[in-house]
Amino acid sequence: MKVLVPVKRVLDYNVKARVKADQSGVDLSNVKMSMNPFDEISVEEAVRMKEAGTATEAIVVSIGPAKAQETIRTALAIGMDRGIHVLTDEDLEPLAIAKILKAIVEAEDAQLVIAGKQAIDNDYGATGSMLAAMLDWPQGTFANTVETSGGSMTVKREVDGGLQTVKLTLPAVVTTDLRLNEPRYARLPDIMKAKKKTIDAKTPEDFGVDTTPRLKTVKVTEPAGRSAGVIVENVEELVASLKKEGVI
Amino acid sequence: MAILVVAEHDNTDLKDATHKTVTAAKQMGGDVDILVAGKNIKDVMAQAAKIDGVRHILGVDHDSLTRQLAEAMQAVIVPLMSEYDAVIAPDTTAHKNYMPRVAAKLDVMQISSITGVESADTFIRPIYAGNAMATVKSSDAKKVITVRTTAFDAAGEGGSADDKMLDAPAAPTTSQFVSEELTKSDRPELAAAKIVVSGGRGVGSAENFAIIESLADKLGAAVGASRAAVDAGYVPNDYQVGQTGKSVAPELYIAIGISGAIQHLAGMKDSKIIVAINKDEDAPIFQVADYGLVADLFKAVPELDAAL
Repeated sequence: MKVLVPVKRVLDYNVKARVKADQSGVDLSNVKMSMNPFDEISVEEAVRMKEAGTATEAIVVSIGPAKAQETIRTALAIGMDRGIHVLTDEDLEPLAIAKILKAIVEAEDAQLVIAGKQAIDNDYGATGSMLAAMLDWPQGTFANTVETSGGSMTVKREVDGGLQTVKLTLPAVVTTDLRLNEPRYARLPDIMKAKKKTIDAKTPEDFGVDTTPRLKTVKVTEPAGRSAGVIVENVEELVASLKKEGVI
Repeated sequence: MAILVVAEHDNTDLKDATHKTVTAAKQMGGDVDILVAGKNIKDVMAQAAKIDGVRHILGVDHDSLTRQLAEAMQAVIVPLMSEYDAVIAPDTTAHKNYMPRVAAKLDVMQISSITGVESADTFIRPIYAGNAMATVKSSDAKKVITVRTTAFDAAGEGGSADDKMLDAPAAPTTSQFVSEELTKSDRPELAAAKIVVSGGRGVGSAENFAIIESLADKLGAAVGASRAAVDAGYVPNDYQVGQTGKSVAPELYIAIGISGAIQHLAGMKDSKIIVAINKDEDAPIFQVADYGLVADLFKAVPELDAAL
């Protein structure tokens, strides 16, 4: 089974986003960028499937600027077989991304797509499900555990209230949740080896996809700040304060 | 315009998230209908009909909809959208699952987790774990929207919408429900609770979480947790508050042994009053806390419990 994993280069999860003074967006100049944490989990799962013999080939795709190639190299170092880089300087929406991914899935004849459940920059959480709909494939979102047997896949999903298990007929799309696995670190020799793996260079035009944004960002602002609080000396003072606020 | 609200329910009770979503829909203007898709949903439909300002209640009753799996929900909603300008649902896991499918089938971009409605086509939504708020204007003919319910008040009761049953579409065959393991709890639902008491890594063990639970019970509160506490196995994952867990905005949020990472703050910083109990006076949680207590939680929490 051929597995496709889309990855996204995003502002590092430990960095606090700063809104630009002109309210046009978040300042991404001179800040640390890295692979979206959910995508690391997707890559790890695909590599484990290869190691287990379930997957025959694992392809990593990233759609983004020239530097997205570094993100692809990271995935290759972890164990993905080859990469596809769709070069664009535009910040594409999940709808356009899903259309490009659909074209790649069909061209590669992949049977499984493992995507992160959301990117931590735009927080849409839409690409995986959109892709599944476009392909008319079933989906296993927020995956906590996955198990492949024959032509189907059992996915335990993290849902409000607990866990839900569904069985999907392959081909399918799975989106990963935090607890699916613990991604490994790439070892230095593997990072060197990854430099020799191939990355196909593409552009959105190669797929004939209209990437015109449907949502126009009118402005991006700082969230309402919280006024400075007080440090209380002891529990009695805390209880008195909360009583005064009328919350207990 | 006509707006379809998808009800959040468990086939028995309508959830408060539905009322809050109706409020967001009303702010867009136009006629609001509620879709109840599930199994044996007569009671849920009756409860939905009481929500103030709703025109029709549409019911679809079928085995395949018992758990509202994505493929089945898509099959119900997409054909209905010839009659509607927008479909809007709470951003709980059930709806986050199928709404992008609906959007893709309609060839429109989903507007996820809105916290404000500026007009019928312009919405406010948090990005970057809530560290920025984006105002976005949609040029799509039909809007597919999920709602951060903690940002909206619940619509009142007193309505008397009429109801009608619709035929269920053919059940999807590529996806099947197998089983579920739900966390049993007598406490209030986390996302809807007025008070939330959360524990983090500082609590130290699953056994120690009992002091958090005891305090929560004393306050009639829901119990939450940071990712560290969930990953360490102190509590189940559905207790997690944060960017990747649940968003809460209670009257009172008590963070105990939680440092206050960006990802955790994303899920609770809209709480009215935030209290932090942490022995590290430099913990980032104190920057958002209205009341901070620098103390050992194993001493302070039992004291607090006793004082209430």
